[in-house]
Amino acid sequence: MTDVLQRVRAAGMGDPGRTGRFGRYGGGYVPESLVETCRQVAEEFRQAWSDPGFRESLTRLLTVHAGRPTPLTPASRLSTELGIQLLLKREDLTHTGSHKINNALGQALLARRMGRSRLIAETGAGQHGVATATAAALLGLRATVFMGERDIERQALNVFRMQLLGAEVVPVGTGSRTLSDATSQAMRHWVGVTDQAHYCIGSVVGPHPYPWMVRTFQRVIGDEARGQCARELTSAVPDYVVACVGGGSNAAGTFAGFVDTSARLVGVEAAGGAGAAHGRDGVLHGARSRFLQDDGGQIVEAHSIAAGLDYPGVGPEHAHLRDLGRARYEAVSDDEAVAAVIRLARTEGIVAALESAHALAWVIRAAGAGELPPGATVLLTLSGRGDKDVAALKDRSALKEPA
Amino acid sequence: MTLETRLRRRRAAGHKLLMPYVTGGVTAGWLDHLRAFADAGADAIEVGLPFSDPTVDGATIQEATHRALARGATTRSVLADLADLAGAAADVPLVASTYYNLVVHAGPQRFCAALRDAGVSGLIVPDLPLDEADELADAAAVASVDLVLLAAPTTPPPRLAQIAQRSRGFVYAVSVMGTTGERTTVADSAEALANRLRDATDRPVLVGFGISTAQHAVHAARSADGVVVGAALMRQVLDGASPYDVGGYLARMRRALDQAAHPTD
Repeated sequence: MTDVLQRVRAAGMGDPGRTGRFGRYGGGYVPESLVETCRQVAEEFRQAWSDPGFRESLTRLLTVHAGRPTPLTPASRLSTELGIQLLLKREDLTHTGSHKINNALGQALLARRMGRSRLIAETGAGQHGVATATAAALLGLRATVFMGERDIERQALNVFRMQLLGAEVVPVGTGSRTLSDATSQAMRHWVGVTDQAHYCIGSVVGPHPYPWMVRTFQRVIGDEARGQCARELTSAVPDYVVACVGGGSNAAGTFAGFVDTSARLVGVEAAGGAGAAHGRDGVLHGARSRFLQDDGGQIVEAHSIAAGLDYPGVGPEHAHLRDLGRARYEAVSDDEAVAAVIRLARTEGIVAALESAHALAWVIRAAGAGELPPGATVLLTLSGRGDKDVAALKDRSALKEPA
Repeated sequence: MTLETRLRRRRAAGHKLLMPYVTGGVTAGWLDHLRAFADAGADAIEVGLPFSDPTVDGATIQEATHRALARGATTRSVLADLADLAGAAADVPLVASTYYNLVVHAGPQRFCAALRDAGVSGLIVPDLPLDEADELADAAAVASVDLVLLAAPTTPPPRLAQIAQRSRGFVYAVSVMGTTGERTTVADSAEALANRLRDATDRPVLVGFGISTAQHAVHAARSADGVVVGAALMRQVLDGASPYDVGGYLARMRRALDQAAHPTD
């Protein structure tokens, strides 16, 4: 472990340098038209992050607008049932209802510092779109959000929330009509408007500096949780740190707070979108990472009941952590995730987002299988609340059965 | 003979260079379009190897790409088709274009060797900027495939000089900040970029993105050595135009370019 920790400190969850590399992953695979823009974003972010004034402004926004710090909630009844000690980091309690607001506020502030008047974003479950629309409204920017037609159908409530906040929602009808296609379309649009618009990528994906920048904005989750665990646990650091992974922003933010500890890091993917667990090396949306592909190198569509996990790859830093053996990545089925939502709702009175429910489902499975030793301490990031998913849950037969 | 040598020779003979684009496998008879391009006087032909997520392409090339993939086209099948070319089309240099994932998937060396074996002498990878190009550039050189680099209106001068120096075959000047696709006019940025590139290099400079009509081609070729024409041709192919018709459209571009270069002929 010590050797791995040293390598992680040297190569991962730090500053990836000007090439934006996490081991062999990352980089900047963008059309030449975007190279100068990405360089500018990287430079501005580097300066902003070392500017106490910028950090102070962001901290204030996170405190007075987003509601940070979020609590650490002991899941007492479920812990007893599972025979472990489960702590929930409550990103579902942020304003807009998910961790996405941490990054959206950071990038909106950066965009304003760069003199940009618009934010472009892509969204799957709609949470990043809502967060971007919120940050744009707060800072006086316009927002354009690209969203797959299929996601628009299943996340109608979030579409309305974005529109209510003044954002334009652009349907994307190509490919699988989900997050991956929305990301492609947002990148195409960005090329034509780089002088006025900042592309506010919602996960730790995309070209340098995005994986690094988004993780940096999200590490507030892990840093807060580390301090809270130190107060809550006799061991100070949990045995396991678990988070769901689509692109992987809440997981990256959480892991960043614990990567230099003895905690075991577990990223949980959707079985139909397990880029880290089942992907192959490739390049998509500006970065080298692991992506689901067929034998000819075409990107394979991901499928999950959780729209936020419906992405055929993971951020490059996750691919690197996996290669290092510092984090492991597990896959969970839709049925397990739905069962986990119900179980948490009925034991703790918390309706989790389907994305977060994947992480919880793995904890339940691992505890049941004895993989988590009795008494093990587990920190789990609840990345968002389940309001947006109630229609999907209502349609599941499992819910119609008595508890 | 390398792609660059052939293009330089054509330029030295007083020709403006014309490079049409076709998506490999877009129709059952897609090679007939390629042959029609050769017959119409193409100096080189760009063949798109379809990729599922074409982030640099606008609606037309996206549609062509998805149609080709839906027909079952793969890198392997398109290259196998090209290897069968004969006649006039076999004499026109072929330039493959695709996204970097397909290169990574096969491995740069294997990918470039497959291009060479199919008779392809150039390669364009629009999501592979200069900074990430070393590995593929080395593999391409080993396989005698010219790796073409792209320059954009926003590329700063020192970087433009590097791109011009590292590019092989020609330098692809992206006319406008945007994706591929038909446009009503040629952007002013096209002329400015072509002039900057020609100041930086003796290598042929071709302008692409948005070159849709013979007038556009003539306009763009005033500052550049030639043009790349893609979406305007693919729109016709997608709408069911015959190779004869699409070839005729390209032939009119050829005549307009020749007429502009030699107005007294």
